[in-house]
Amino acid sequence: MRQMLNIALPKGRLGERAYGLLKTSGYGCPALEDPGRRLIFEDLQAMVRYFWVKPSDVAIYVERGAADLGIVGKDILLEYEPEVYELLDLGMGKCRMAVAGKKDFRDPVGKTLKVATKFPNITRSFYAGKCRDIDIIQLNGSIELAPILGLSHVIVDIVETGATLRENDLQVFEEVVPISARLIANVASFQFKDDAINDLCAKLRAQTEGML
Amino acid sequence: MTAREIWQPEEQAVFALRSLYRQYGYLPYKLSRFEEYDLYVRNKDFLVSDRIITFSDGSGRLLAMKPDVTLSIVKNAPEQAGAVRKVYYNEHVYRDYREILQTGLECVGDLGDYEIAEVVLLAAKSLELLGDRFVLNISHMGLLAAAIGSCKFTGAQKRQAMDCLRRKNLHQLEDLCREDSDAWRKLRALALCRGGKEALEGIAGVLTTEPERRALAELARLWKLLEDSGRGDSLRLDFSVDSHMGYYSGVVFRGYLEGIPADVLCGGQYDKLAQKMGKHCRAIGFAIYLNMLQDRPQSDCPEDVDTVILHDGQTDTRTLTAAAEDAAKEGSVLVCAGLPTDRRWKRLLRFENGRLVE
Repeated sequence: MRQMLNIALPKGRLGERAYGLLKTSGYGCPALEDPGRRLIFEDLQAMVRYFWVKPSDVAIYVERGAADLGIVGKDILLEYEPEVYELLDLGMGKCRMAVAGKKDFRDPVGKTLKVATKFPNITRSFYAGKCRDIDIIQLNGSIELAPILGLSHVIVDIVETGATLRENDLQVFEEVVPISARLIANVASFQFKDDAINDLCAKLRAQTEGML
Repeated sequence: MTAREIWQPEEQAVFALRSLYRQYGYLPYKLSRFEEYDLYVRNKDFLVSDRIITFSDGSGRLLAMKPDVTLSIVKNAPEQAGAVRKVYYNEHVYRDYREILQTGLECVGDLGDYEIAEVVLLAAKSLELLGDRFVLNISHMGLLAAAIGSCKFTGAQKRQAMDCLRRKNLHQLEDLCREDSDAWRKLRALALCRGGKEALEGIAGVLTTEPERRALAELARLWKLLEDSGRGDSLRLDFSVDSHMGYYSGVVFRGYLEGIPADVLCGGQYDKLAQKMGKHCRAIGFAIYLNMLQDRPQSDCPEDVDTVILHDGQTDTRTLTAAAEDAAKEGSVLVCAGLPTDRRWKRLLRFENGRLVE
């Protein structure tokens, strides 16, 4: 008998696209498509149970076993390093983590570089690889403001189209890491539901091969 | 109500496991709660967490609340030919400012194939005692080190390859092996390897160097012994189990119980740690995190007490005592004046006009 899979989806456009992919792979759940205030959606035919969670919380739900599987950005995996299996690159939600600053920025190599970011772990690891002394200024939003107001020399942030940067006279200087959505699994769930998880994974892989 | 019925899951586990380990000749090992901090600093990478609670004693020595048991046992390992120390423990360890109840065993000294197989089998038997369904994933650090070592990787790439195997991350592994098709063929086979004898045979074709063949032969001998035990269905060869290459040298394993969202058992052969500590011996052991048993979902909400007897303050003590004693013969009883809000009960009795009514 097929085992029920609990899947955490990130709220927003990425989650909706990921669900679309799951649906075309045979894991549709009509209840999920019916807008309302419900939090959990189940389909006994497809043997899936979905729930929407904040994108940055998906990895926590999966790591702690509340979800067997989840869809999460690579940025979250790199930043929080959850103990999960990273089974598939879905090839969607593609963007990049990059270093950006004012157009006239020149690296003050004789000084500590001030870097504003929402991703201190990724930033620390990136500059450690360059042996560059940095001062991390952790912000929770509107990162682009930091170099404009002189709070930092540069920012490390996710860049999709680069439109926000251009509108604020900022530009990308260096790519830190490419980002895309990943399918992750709880390590313990995988031990007992490996057939169901591998099956889902194979169907998704067949769908996503063209996207990578 | 029997004593067993009122034990917490972790207390039941301690008794069952103690009995199992004694059955195979393991002796209890009681450790001091504190150790010199120096022991842990020198082997920091071996520890699960580096957040150690320290304090100074009266003479200024820096001590630590022990975050680990293995190091203390290895420190006293025998080194004479033929000598083997087999011990089990049941101890609290302190990590990340949490107290964790851990039980486990260590087998140190002049070990052969039998001792290695015995410890892995005891890990499987321990899991069997703790849950209906379990999985024990088994890997081999010697084999992983040889396979990754044979690829044309830099030090950083080797670490990345280990991380990809640990996370079953095939897409990044493929990217890493972009310019080395032999490496991709080999590491892909290891990443996808999951199962028993067939899985072992499946990787034999890609492991061609002498160190790889040697490690594979060792693993195959162990696997045969494990299969003979009749527990093959719950054992999986799976190279996502990794451990620190600087400490672990041979078989490594992790155990899972259905319903618990993380590994409850972790162990392996750590000859390199023993050597690093200046010991000329071999060593293998495992730990079980008993706190994790609390995470098992409860299938029902059992009552805390069988009978609650409410009295109105008018009932004389002798009558009340007699009623309580009668109820206690059939199960647990709580006598109180008002309805308790902190527990559930099966049956509620109350005194009305001196008579006990349901």
